[in-house]
Formats: sequence, C-alpha cells, structure tokens
Amino acid sequence: MTRNVTKSERISRRRLLATASAGAALAASPFRINLLQAQETPIKIGFPVPLTGPYGTEAQDQVRAAQLAIAQFNDAGGLNGRKAELLVRDDKLNPGEAATRTLELVEKEKVNFVVGSLSAAVQLAINNVTKERGIIFNSISQSDAINEAADFSKYTFHEAMNPHLTSGAVGRYAFSKFGKKIAFLTADYAYGHEMVRGFLDVGKKFNVENLGDVRHPLGTSDFSTLLPRLQALKPDILCIINFGRDQQISLRQATDFGVKKTIQIIAPLLSHASRVAAGPQAFEGVVGGCSFYWGIEDKFASTKAFNDAFRKMYDGKVPTDYGALGYGGVRTVLAGVKNAGSVDTDKVIAAMEALKYDFYKGPQYYRKCDHQSVQSVLIIQSKSKDMKNESDVFEVIGTDEPNEANLRTCEALGHKA
Amino acid sequence: MAGLSLDLIALQLFAGLALGAIYVLFAIGLSLIFGMLTVVNFAHGAFYMVGAYVGLYVLMLGGNFWICLIAVPLAVGLFGLLVEHFLIRPLYGRGIDYPLLLTFGLSYVMVELVRIAFGKTGYPFDTPEILQGAVNIGVGYFPLYRLFVIGATAAVLLALWLFLEKTSFGLIIRAGARDPQIVRVLGVDVSRVWLIVFGIGTAIAAFAGLLAAPLQGVIPEMGGTILAEAFVVTVVGGMGSIGGAVLAGLLVGVVVSMTSLFAPEMAKVSIFALMAVVLIVRPQGFFGRAGLMS
Repeated sequence: MTRNVTKSERISRRRLLATASAGAALAASPFRINLLQAQETPIKIGFPVPLTGPYGTEAQDQVRAAQLAIAQFNDAGGLNGRKAELLVRDDKLNPGEAATRTLELVEKEKVNFVVGSLSAAVQLAINNVTKERGIIFNSISQSDAINEAADFSKYTFHEAMNPHLTSGAVGRYAFSKFGKKIAFLTADYAYGHEMVRGFLDVGKKFNVENLGDVRHPLGTSDFSTLLPRLQALKPDILCIINFGRDQQISLRQATDFGVKKTIQIIAPLLSHASRVAAGPQAFEGVVGGCSFYWGIEDKFASTKAFNDAFRKMYDGKVPTDYGALGYGGVRTVLAGVKNAGSVDTDKVIAAMEALKYDFYKGPQYYRKCDHQSVQSVLIIQSKSKDMKNESDVFEVIGTDEPNEANLRTCEALGHKA
Repeated sequence: MAGLSLDLIALQLFAGLALGAIYVLFAIGLSLIFGMLTVVNFAHGAFYMVGAYVGLYVLMLGGNFWICLIAVPLAVGLFGLLVEHFLIRPLYGRGIDYPLLLTFGLSYVMVELVRIAFGKTGYPFDTPEILQGAVNIGVGYFPLYRLFVIGATAAVLLALWLFLEKTSFGLIIRAGARDPQIVRVLGVDVSRVWLIVFGIGTAIAAFAGLLAAPLQGVIPEMGGTILAEAFVVTVVGGMGSIGGAVLAGLLVGVVVSMTSLFAPEMAKVSIFALMAVVLIVRPQGFFGRAGLMS
C-alpha cells in the first residue's frame, strides 16, 4: 500500500515540475505574444507529396512554390488577419501511404483543404479520402480518371493538366513533323496507360501506326534490355512516357544506345527538375510538353511576377513546372477563400468555380462540370547549346492556347449536362 | 509485337550478359566481405553511392574520369578501413546480426550525410568523351561505355583472383576465412587481415558506384536498388563465393534480358522469382558452403 502511494506521489510531483517548467519557459518566450495574437486557428492546407523516391526532386519544388503562395497570402493580411499554414507530408509515391497521411491531415490536424500529389494513381487515393469527408482537394499532377464522373466529386479540383490534353498537344505537334510510325516506352501505371491512350486517340487523325508499347515498372534503373527491342521496331518516333528519375535514366540510356541517330524521341511531359538533374546530354533534342516554363515571363506579366517572387524567396532560383503547379494549386484555393470571405467548403467551391485567374501562366479557369483547369499547353524542346544560365534548359517551340475543345467533353466523362 | 529476329535475340542475349557483368560488379564487394568476414554488409549500397559522389567531387575539383578510377576506390577504401576499425571490429564473435544491424544503421547515416552535403536532388555525370556513343558489335549497336564497364569488371575480377590465389597475403586471407583460430595460433594478426579485406570490399563497392554514375546519374538513394540486386546475386551464387557471384550475376542479367523481350513489365519480378527457385532447389546457392550463415 505505502509503496503505491509513494509511486503515484512521485509521478504527480514529476508531472507538476514538468508542467511548471514548461509554463515558465512559455511565459518567458516570445511565443506568448504569438499565442495571444493568434486566437483564431490558422487556415490549414494539407500537402501530401512524394518527397522521397523517384519523383522526390519534383516534389521538393512543389513544396517550395506552395510555401510562396502561403507567404504571399499571409503578407497580404490573410483572411481578415487569419493566416494560412502548409502541412507537408511525404506520401512516398504510394497510394496507401497517401491515404493514411491524408486521413491524418483531415482527422487529426483538421486541415481545411488538401492540395498536392504527384502521381496519377496516388491522387485518386487522396481524392477518395477527401471526397468522403467533404474536404476540397486540388490535385496538382496529371490524371484523366480524376475528371471522370466515377472519381469526381464537387470537392475535387484539378489544377494540373490531364494526359488527354497533354498527349493531344504533343501528338498534334509531333505527328505532323516527325512521322507516322510510333513506338512507346511506358511506365506501367495509370499515368503511362492514360498517356498512351491519349496519343493513340489523337494519332487516329494522322493515321499513325502503333508499332508497340514496351512497359517498364516504376523506379527502373536500367533500360539496356528494353532499348534494343524498341530500336528493332524502327519507328519514326519513340515516345518515352515516364517521369522523375525514370525519365532521367531512360533518356540518358537511350542516348547511349544511339536511339537519337535515327529516331525522334518525344515525351508527353519534360520535367525541368529532371532535365537539370540529368544534364543536357541526356535530354538533347527531345520534344515534349509542359504546363509551365519560367521563360514565358516575357509573354505574361503574371509569370514575371511569380518568377520574381520565387527568385526573391529562394536565392535567385526560378520555379519549375511542377513547382508552378504547387503554387497554382494553393494560390487558387486561397483566392477562393479570399473571394468567399470564409473557409466554408461550399462557399469556397462556388468562389473557385467563378474564378477567372491568371496567377502564373496566362489565363485559366476551372470548367464547371469536372473542375478541370482549362489552360495552355507548352511544347518545348530541350536545349544543349547557347544556354544563358543553368535554368535556361528548354526552348518553347509551340503553344496550345486554353481551349475546352482540347479536353474530353463533359458528356464523354459521364457528367450530366 | 512484330520484328522478332535472330539478330535481335542475339543482341538481347548480349545485353543480358552486359547487364549481368554490371550485377557482378555490384555484388563482388558484398560477396568478398561476407565470404571472408561473415559480415553481411548492409551499407554496401551506401559505399557504392559514396563512390559516385566522391567521383563527382573529384570532377568538381578539376579532375577527370581516369583520375576518379584511381582516387575513388582509394578514398572510399580508406573510409572502409576506418569503419572496420572503429565500428565493425568490436562486434566480431557476437553473431551475424550485430554487424548486420550496425551496417544497416550506418547506411542511413551515410545517405543522410550525403543529402546534407550535396543536397537531395541528383547530379548529372557525363560519360567520358572518349567512351561516348555506340559501336557495332555485329548484331547491332551497343554503347561503348557499357563495353568499357564489362572490361573493368573483368579486370577487377582478375586482380582479385590473382591477389587471393597467387599471393602469400591472399593465402593468409583464405586461411583466415577457414579457421581464424589456427591462423592466430600461427602468429598471424588476423584482425589486420580482416581490416584489409573490408577495405578492399568497400573500395570495390565505390568503384562500382563510380562506373554506374554515367549510366544512371548520381542521387543519394542510388544505393537502394542495387543493394537488393547485389543480395540476389550473392544469394543465388552462394553466400561468400566469388565464382558463384560471377555465374549468378551473368545468369540474372540474361534472365532479366529475356524476360524484358517477352514480358517487360515482369523484368523486375523475374530476378526474385529466379532467387526463389534457386533457394528451393539449392538453399546454399550455386557454390555456397552450407552452414556459413549459422
């Protein structure tokens, strides 16, 4: 008996000491003032992206630019003084991990909104969690499925381009210039499958002949056993559909195998961060699409403003394509909050649907039926000479202006008119 | 898909052997350290990665690829000596899982330190100019640099074989692996032998990382995938058998290559399927000594 008493006494004394010292520390620290000021909780935006793994380089850029959007919102006074806050989580490029992290963000952290993802497959997992709980999710990576009625909900927004739009733009450019015989080297998951479908779709108009589609697992480090097969098919165009480190390694090894001597390599998306990481040799001459390139700053004032703010925040660095998406995804949600004057979900949805915005790449808006951002697609070619600085990596060789006609129709996606 | 010709199959077979040579190179340092020290070096992939980064650093200092070929194994081998002396040595005689856990933790530390020093994003590593481009090997074109890697692997194997089989120090190493007690009784400082073996193993790992850099670029996580591949090769070949690692590496390369031809999406899985089959039929691997793990 006595032992029990002393034990509980000891614990309570320790707890008392801990509480007292923590309180003293708090009272003495400058945090106290902050605590008093921020009576209201901040506007929380959950941001699950694959910080580790093959897409890590791009994901880190997404975070950097998203932080800029948050900082700009807060510097402008927030929502009547209420500040925004970004809660970044690593989804490890894994749908299960992403769903768990998102659930934590929603249930434990009580986030108001979710922006993020960098995978066609992972974003659907996040969307499943958010739509069930009535939380707005703005996806910033490519997917066709997310527009379709089966996956879409009124809470779902899609700031990134989708594979149909991207492959359409790149396909129209490539098929009219480089030839009609095409072979594919494709990452074996939703992104790759949707892109191939998109290229073959637009290819019908050009009577394109599909010689074959070689699929590789995500995170492949050696393509030497796949390339001879593709070369033997003798296509005019080799379309390499993968991303991040897979793109870096496959383009590099395709160059080593001499593929570029006889075959034009195209890619639906050329990633700025990957081009920098892989070097000019590997990407030389490759043609592809992108949603954003900093070099369009002489065309759009919004791009110039975004680049300058980013340069100021990050020692003169320029934002990349996926960085810009991180910025756009957060910025549109916060613009919705500001216009709605509230964080109420339905009001923010209505405000976002009404947005006609030009935040970083020229005019954009969310289509009513599927909340797909209607936007331009840039066609770019990788540079290997006459580069002015380390960010001068692409040349814009064409632009598909924003046009709903380049998207699948609302009816085709299963939405009621 | 159309276009299956005899030439293509021959080229594919060659590509498989070439890839196999790279697997052998990845595995040889791991196999050496295990065979001689019974230490399962989980930091093998990290040493490999450090090799690529040291190469990058030498290039930044104004060196060239050929200087790297000498400087990288020396620098990382020296680092390996320090690791053996201060971290692994106190754990000898305590069972196989102690050094395993230590090296596992060490690999995380090394990757994190490289992230801090060089950043999380990758770097390009250009193929030396003289080795760029593809050459005709009769059945099709093949990158010159990969042929160079095969040659370098053969050179490493030859040097290792000569060292272990034809020098008196090699004799002591082999004796030490069989029965350290007797060797010690004969007046040989066994701990010095183990130190040097560990140094050589890590030097070869770093050499492999350097040679892989022009193939894949350089990134802190690059050791992760090859660790798995090196383990498969080592296990299939027989833990600790260098000859086994060579045979297994080439076989794994050919299996991957042939799977790639007919079912490319299965290529990654085929490596592990092969390992499972070998383990069922012959648990100690091709040339492994039974009971080495116990």
